[in-house]
Amino acid sequence: MKRRDFLQKSIPAATLLPALINGYSVKAFAADSPLVQALMQGVTETDHVLVIIQLAGGNDGLNMVVPVSTYSSYFNARSNVAIPQNRILSLSGTSASGLHPAMTGMQNIFNNGNMKVIQAVGYPQPNFSHFRATDIWMSASNSDQEVFNGWAGRYLNYEYPNFPTGYPNTSMPDPLAIQIGSTTSLTTQGPVVNMGMSITSATSFYNLISGTTDPVPNTPAGKELKYIRLVNQQTQKYSTVIRNAANTVTQQVTYPTNNSLADQLKIVARLIKGGLRTRVYMVSFGGFDTHSVQVNAADTTTGAHATLLQRVSDACKAFQDDLQFLQIQDRVIGMTYSEFGRRIKSNSSVGTDHGAAAPMFLFGSKIATGVLGDNPSIPANASVNDNVPMQYDFRSIYSTILEKWFCLDKTIVSGLYPPNINSQLQSLPLFKSSISCSTTPPPPPDPNVDSLITNYPNPFTDNTRISFRTEGGHTLIQVIDTLGRVIRTLLEKDYPSATTDSVNFNAEGLPTGVYYARLQNGVTQKVRPMMKVRP
Amino acid sequence: MDRRDFLTAKRRKGEKAPVPLPAPRGLTSGINPYGGPWTENEVIHLLKRTMFGATKADVDYFKTRSVSQAVDELLNPTAPQPGPPVKEYTTSTQPGTPDANIAQGTTWINDINNDGTVQSQRIGSYKKWWTGVLINQDRSIREKLITFWVDHFGNEASDVGYGNWAYRQHDLLRQSVLGNFKQMVDGVTKDLSMLRYLNGYLNVATAPDENYARELLELFTLGKGPGSQYTEADVKEAAKVLTGWQINATTYTTVFNATRHSTVNKTFSSFFNSTIITGRTGATAGQLELNDLLNMIFASPECAKFICRKFYRFFVYYTIDQATETNVIEPLAAIFRNSNYDIRVVLSALLKSEHFFDVLNQNCYIKSPADHIVGALREMNTVFPPLSDWNTSYGMWNFFYANMINTGQNLHDPPNVSGHPAYYQEPLFHEIWINSDSLPKRNQYTDTMVNSGYTRNNIRVIFNLVPYVQQFSNPGNPNDLIDDALKYLFRNQLSYESKKAIKTQILLSNQLYDYYWTNAWMAYTASPTTANFNIVNNRLKPLFQYFFNLSEYQLS
Repeated sequence: MKRRDFLQKSIPAATLLPALINGYSVKAFAADSPLVQALMQGVTETDHVLVIIQLAGGNDGLNMVVPVSTYSSYFNARSNVAIPQNRILSLSGTSASGLHPAMTGMQNIFNNGNMKVIQAVGYPQPNFSHFRATDIWMSASNSDQEVFNGWAGRYLNYEYPNFPTGYPNTSMPDPLAIQIGSTTSLTTQGPVVNMGMSITSATSFYNLISGTTDPVPNTPAGKELKYIRLVNQQTQKYSTVIRNAANTVTQQVTYPTNNSLADQLKIVARLIKGGLRTRVYMVSFGGFDTHSVQVNAADTTTGAHATLLQRVSDACKAFQDDLQFLQIQDRVIGMTYSEFGRRIKSNSSVGTDHGAAAPMFLFGSKIATGVLGDNPSIPANASVNDNVPMQYDFRSIYSTILEKWFCLDKTIVSGLYPPNINSQLQSLPLFKSSISCSTTPPPPPDPNVDSLITNYPNPFTDNTRISFRTEGGHTLIQVIDTLGRVIRTLLEKDYPSATTDSVNFNAEGLPTGVYYARLQNGVTQKVRPMMKVRP
Repeated sequence: MDRRDFLTAKRRKGEKAPVPLPAPRGLTSGINPYGGPWTENEVIHLLKRTMFGATKADVDYFKTRSVSQAVDELLNPTAPQPGPPVKEYTTSTQPGTPDANIAQGTTWINDINNDGTVQSQRIGSYKKWWTGVLINQDRSIREKLITFWVDHFGNEASDVGYGNWAYRQHDLLRQSVLGNFKQMVDGVTKDLSMLRYLNGYLNVATAPDENYARELLELFTLGKGPGSQYTEADVKEAAKVLTGWQINATTYTTVFNATRHSTVNKTFSSFFNSTIITGRTGATAGQLELNDLLNMIFASPECAKFICRKFYRFFVYYTIDQATETNVIEPLAAIFRNSNYDIRVVLSALLKSEHFFDVLNQNCYIKSPADHIVGALREMNTVFPPLSDWNTSYGMWNFFYANMINTGQNLHDPPNVSGHPAYYQEPLFHEIWINSDSLPKRNQYTDTMVNSGYTRNNIRVIFNLVPYVQQFSNPGNPNDLIDDALKYLFRNQLSYESKKAIKTQILLSNQLYDYYWTNAWMAYTASPTTANFNIVNNRLKPLFQYFFNLSEYQLS
């Protein structure tokens, strides 16, 4: 369905543009506002990727990040499920809290300096219903609001305002967001259409014959027919790029088996490395609704919850190792969340009931390690009604990611949230100071390569000169993009003898990002990374 | 109200936000009895919504009745209930629980066996059996409505882990499928699977477990609509009412243990008129207090409204605007309440209404995976081996069951207690069924059934296209053939240009004249040799594959 058609019918034409970007308050932005100005500049440049890991069911945060400094209150409140103090995994640089003993993988990521623990993330007036709370987390609404689109959907709608009309195209040939699994998530629902696509496997796409296109009437039947046709078209459009991306990656680290989260993350790593420019990936892992028998009574470090946490931990560790192995670690961060934590006091079923705030994990080579926030305050004699009070609003995590990781201007970020919480959003210290917006610089030059082919300037804006050395004979200089496609052949000729030469690469009109200059001379071939940046 | 206005509007602190209603659809019809035309179009609409697909035989049958007679017959099944699932799995060799009590081919539903593997095999047996029941459904609403109730109560059979209990719950809902909703909730509350799934069996006076109480209110009876204003404290009080029920795992029975029951008075909020449920003691305490609790819940008008909205979304369409709420949901809810929650009465009013047959409500329903997979089998008159060949039958049903899972619907194993998101998740609802993963798989399924079918024990089930088109009046004429097939398979008719293109490119193999097909068809009917059969069948295959791949086919 054409977004413009929809908008022209639903809102006055004069406010068309702000409504496209915002999805919230069309009245809040005049045509000369910074938001509209920002839109005119086009898509924000970045090759950063966010992987959202949903822990469905309500994860027991107190047993995942265990308060060491207030251990006795913690133990008093939940002696039947409490983790013994001597089994808590320690975290470098802090003695106040530690991790569940099953999470050695995450401990490793943290102690290697690549993980942030954010304590007691929640929102005012917590909701205790699974699916309502999940909607709140996905939509980033207030507790008493119904918002029918998702926070990542609004962000992607800002960046790609006409999606799906005109997509894929040369500047965005790939899906905007990918959900591993069969259902479409509210997280990526935009104001009009869902910005994401779902896949269960990266390689098994099925070819579809194209449909005829009889016009559709303006009725509910027409609406649904349009929708199905759209999915049909998207499926065809993206199946090739996804399959190609998956096929370019032939080697990955070993992931744990019998671990569905690991299976999903393995696909994600493969697609990122394969060159997709998709910015948001979503994976989901369930079973955290541990009302009863959360732990084995004989050994509370084992049992259902321990198994779940171990799978999360092992999967994230393998994923982080794989990113490193694939040399894309600087482009990717992972974020875990659950729709709520659980009650401080355990129940007599050796489990815990629905609670409120809980810790989140962020990990990646650009995440500043550490624990943000204090241990949850636990009353000495916790009652059944006591909940972990919120320290950080989850929308501050989202907005910090949008601002620092996806390089959005602060005014635009706040436009993506309900107006009444804009002033309360915090910019949190989640990232290392080495983080740079826009595109990740190419790896340091290899002297062996550089002696044969270099370019200057690098990074460059529109033009750069490629210098090379040939041993004589047939010589070829090509430019290759990150998808591995040859986009230019700059030079192809026979040299009578060994010499040095140079050729200009004019990149006007090409998207910013990394390109490779490739020299082929006899049996020799060398590749030089170059980076085009915005002027 | 526009959502954007709503979000910027000021609200008093603590006031619950009104749930915005969707934009109007332009439907003004209500629940007055429908008195318009009763042609194949209306019959097919009624059947596709209340059964799995509309076969030509069923359409012909109901076309000779009136609207009212047709709906009454659909709501009053006369066919006997299907026989129970049988043991079709290999016998466990676990020494402790050998599963030797019953022979293969006989039912396991009354055999107690607490071996996890055996119970898991029985869940598989039950799911296959159920798929077979859907495929062999009777001429009534019964089977489709059972899928509604099983999804409504949202249990995950594989999570509960007992095939016997899953079947028991299925049978409870089957027996009361068109009966009294309040009695159904009473039964479900004490159902083994439900007690296990939502921890009712762990709910004790000393530390109430709120899991079931919360979902009873939020998902099973009252919902979270704008008028549903019960409180967190109500959930806690309801949990106390429900204390004391336990599972006897050696007899597979529900028992009430008075010593675990909370005997205090339970006080509810003003939403429930500050009702106090008197704390009881003794063996009858649990049932007496449950009666009080259900009386209190069902006294709220929200209960009927919530269930009517769910019926509406299941049988009609997912968008409920203000006109639909006023003209359809509210009067239906009144009927439901006044009938003391008689399911048959309220569905009769809905299915006979002007609104149900409103042209704007036709052809807009995205088929569920069960609708798509089972409906296609039935509409194509697919021939299966006899039920007595249980080994082959269960293996085949498993294939179709697996296809439902692959395309997003796992009967009796929804993603969570809320059921499948297509029935509740704003704003997409049924559109959730269709995504870039599921749609190609739907097409893959119909491609398989058209081209190669599914073979087990050397018996093949396949869409038999030649017999299928032979049921029409004039299959030798390619225009009539296409028109007739589309009439039953699609709700939305294709344009003349599209049909002409399809005919020419596929049925005529790019020949110019209709008689190429006519001659081929006449040659086959005059002499049904394999060679002549293949000529027509090889043209029908791409034709039907193409039909099934069109987006239009996903709608009913």
